[in-house]
Amino acid sequence: MGFKLDSKIPEGPIQEKWEKHKFKCKLVNPANKRKFNVIVVGTGLAGGSAAASLAELGYNVKSFCIHDSPRRAHSIAAQGGINAAKNYPNDGDSVWRLFYDTVKGGDYRAREANVYRLAQVSNNIIDQCVAQGVPFARDYGGYLANRSFGGAQVSRTFYAKGQTGQQLLLGAYSSMMRQVNKGKIQLYTRREMLDLVLVNGKARGIIVRDVITGDIERHTADAVILATGGYGNVYYLSTNAMLSNATAAWKAYKKGAGFANPCFTQIHPTCIPVHGDHQSKLTLMSESLRNDGRVWVPKDKGDKRHPNDIPEEERDYYLERIYPSFGNLVPRDVASRQAKFRTDEDRGVGKTGLAVYLDFSEAIKRDGKEAIEARYGNLFEMYERITDESPYKQPMRIYPAVHYTMGGLWVDYNLMSTIPGLHVLGEANFSDHGANRLGASALMQGLADGYFVIPYTLGDYFNNHDLEPVDTNHEEFDKAEKEVKERIDKLLSIQGTRTVDDFHRSLGKIMWDNVGMSRNEARLKEAITEIQKLRAEFWKDVKIPGKAEGINDELEKAVKVADFLELGELMARDALERVESCGGHFREESQTPENEALRDDENFAHSAVWEFKGEKEAPVRHREELKFENVPLTQRSYK
Amino acid sequence: MSAKEEMLTLNLKIWRQEDRNDKGRFVDYKMEGVSTDSSFLEMIDMLNDELVKEGKDPVSFDHDCREGICGSCAMMVNGQAHGPNALTTTCQLHMRSFTDGDTIVIEPWRSRAFPVLKDLKTDRSAFDKIIAAGGYISVNTGNAQDANNLPVSKENADLAMDAASCIGCGACVAACPNASAMLFTSAKISQLAQFPQGQVEAAERASNMVREMDELGFGNCTNHAECEAACPKGIDLRNIAHMNREFLKAKVKGK
Repeated sequence: MGFKLDSKIPEGPIQEKWEKHKFKCKLVNPANKRKFNVIVVGTGLAGGSAAASLAELGYNVKSFCIHDSPRRAHSIAAQGGINAAKNYPNDGDSVWRLFYDTVKGGDYRAREANVYRLAQVSNNIIDQCVAQGVPFARDYGGYLANRSFGGAQVSRTFYAKGQTGQQLLLGAYSSMMRQVNKGKIQLYTRREMLDLVLVNGKARGIIVRDVITGDIERHTADAVILATGGYGNVYYLSTNAMLSNATAAWKAYKKGAGFANPCFTQIHPTCIPVHGDHQSKLTLMSESLRNDGRVWVPKDKGDKRHPNDIPEEERDYYLERIYPSFGNLVPRDVASRQAKFRTDEDRGVGKTGLAVYLDFSEAIKRDGKEAIEARYGNLFEMYERITDESPYKQPMRIYPAVHYTMGGLWVDYNLMSTIPGLHVLGEANFSDHGANRLGASALMQGLADGYFVIPYTLGDYFNNHDLEPVDTNHEEFDKAEKEVKERIDKLLSIQGTRTVDDFHRSLGKIMWDNVGMSRNEARLKEAITEIQKLRAEFWKDVKIPGKAEGINDELEKAVKVADFLELGELMARDALERVESCGGHFREESQTPENEALRDDENFAHSAVWEFKGEKEAPVRHREELKFENVPLTQRSYK
Repeated sequence: MSAKEEMLTLNLKIWRQEDRNDKGRFVDYKMEGVSTDSSFLEMIDMLNDELVKEGKDPVSFDHDCREGICGSCAMMVNGQAHGPNALTTTCQLHMRSFTDGDTIVIEPWRSRAFPVLKDLKTDRSAFDKIIAAGGYISVNTGNAQDANNLPVSKENADLAMDAASCIGCGACVAACPNASAMLFTSAKISQLAQFPQGQVEAAERASNMVREMDELGFGNCTNHAECEAACPKGIDLRNIAHMNREFLKAKVKGK
């Protein structure tokens, strides 16, 4: 018998669901809150805001991060901004419009009730962050500035230069550190979570490795919150940080948490192209660049002339040609796919042919160099530092790169997974973005989950469950620790010939070629076989120097890659089963005559939720049907 | 991949130290075929790849975003924090800044408050402790008033943003002859003092953070301005003056 998927969406009109639900959530009285211990894994926007808010309420929080400081979580790298339905510019925005845009932008594969709540609390987030001292951009009158972002028809994005993620994270981090000072948060840095511990079917603790000493530690709690981010690093090269990984989420999956829509990955269109074999990661440039930059490739195949030598009439501004009404501002999935189509036709540019141009010459002519510098100066500088080419003098070269994963651990309306007591926040869950995330919405979701959702729903969990005292000597902890240690010993004992990075690179290539921007049945099946082979090879031939004690960077990487080698296969399986195109998931078998993604609402208006059945068994695919009562299902069109 | 790509041969002198208690030493490595388009950390990745293949211990260093924003990477490159280029973290330093045949000396941050953990990795948790002592506005999550109810002049907002750009890497401490953390501490103090709601506890904040900083073993500021020169985010030295003003106010108030 598999798990039951009860989304727990409250009854009633969508506008009233969250208010009513909050009222129905049972409260824990202030004196009792200190009796509950909560583990929060991850200190990005979701984990940091959750840890701070729960500690403020009076819970005892243990906060874990892989970095030397909670301030370094990868939320810090988000550039563009954060959406909210404030309607400060009076341009027609509303909670309803943000909700509508997010459901539609996600290509109708998200839960309406969750998205509506996200839009509702978006305004509180801005208020909260301003109160904390987040230095959002302001107009000369002293009021907050907004910009339009990622093709939105309204200006609803708040920003702090090109460092919005950094500023929001430092806000959450400050709030956390205030609670550390008060003794309500115990901080555990440089810890990698290696297993989840269940007692009587409920999440009651975790096993972590201290990456400095190598010690394996046990920690108990009354509830566990994972806010461990996405799994984009399965692809080896992505815009994720080097330490970003899926191990915590994967261990939870193997302990019984459903994994939803693993094939929903977002490929961001404006990244700096790959330069060579030793490249370690890709760098994203804010998609605000598409507000003024024009995307083009040469009309002639294999044209290797310098871009400045290619005359206007020999350039194909393909986004403007195909999508006259949205032009260069089409959503991310559409822009990325079109870039791939061009390079597949041998119209790609640069030495590798895996790039297209993003041209600012017209904007510079129109608005002047100074205006463009004021808007994008820091991005142009970053581009030049990496490529040694000036975007003021010649077009940028850009190419899509893996950036965000919409899939993740399945959660109900309370953000609880299929394991009682295990809650999942931020990018690590699957909830709000459907098959495609809109720009400036990731920061919004992370903070919504942490500041405004979990503080209400966690209390309700504590009230509705009997939680017997558990200590670290419990046999489930013995068992979990033993397994973790055995796995580490096994990895160290192989002493093969290939490095961890070498395996990771091979996995990335399989994933990018077959489970990337364009997918079909034959290649997905091939990917599954290839990954299985590579995984077997890894466990026979990986080479990890050093020992389990003390700092061992290669061992740390190996633990992550071992899990990526399993997760990659699940992503391919999920992509294979979803025989429709939606958002970032493009199945070649399901497209319109104009090569646009064609959904199949009759058969696939659901979230696919995978259940682990054991190492030797195939996982089972469950469905959560999605009902669209407020946003009518339509084919997305950006023509 | 740029048109000007070249391959370099380099001599590296890298600080190797087993753990906190090891004395440590420089070890020489010769690198060939390093692309000028590679980043500095990718060059160390290449070295580590070779070391691992030989079954040797790779050089340990902190790094994560490799986009110059997380503040993880931290190395003295030829005696300069984050290397020769202004306003550049080590991860954003590219090998085109070096010449064929160069010798490059690579060391960890050197400061009593940042003990070496292994090779180039140090313990910078002292910075978290300074923030915990008061680097925040004491507001709980909840129903904060509408964000536009408190206008803040653009000038103040921009000053706050500039100060808030600090990535907490520790280059200021590493570059300072006294290993002072004043630039780091003052940046947070002056960011928060730009806002009306941040003014309420400004003096107390300065007093608490400075006390913590002193207790952690960071040195004093004697106006060398090396911190400002080394800062990859261009944090302004005037923040220190601002901090001193707030600190003085606290003393006057007897806090």
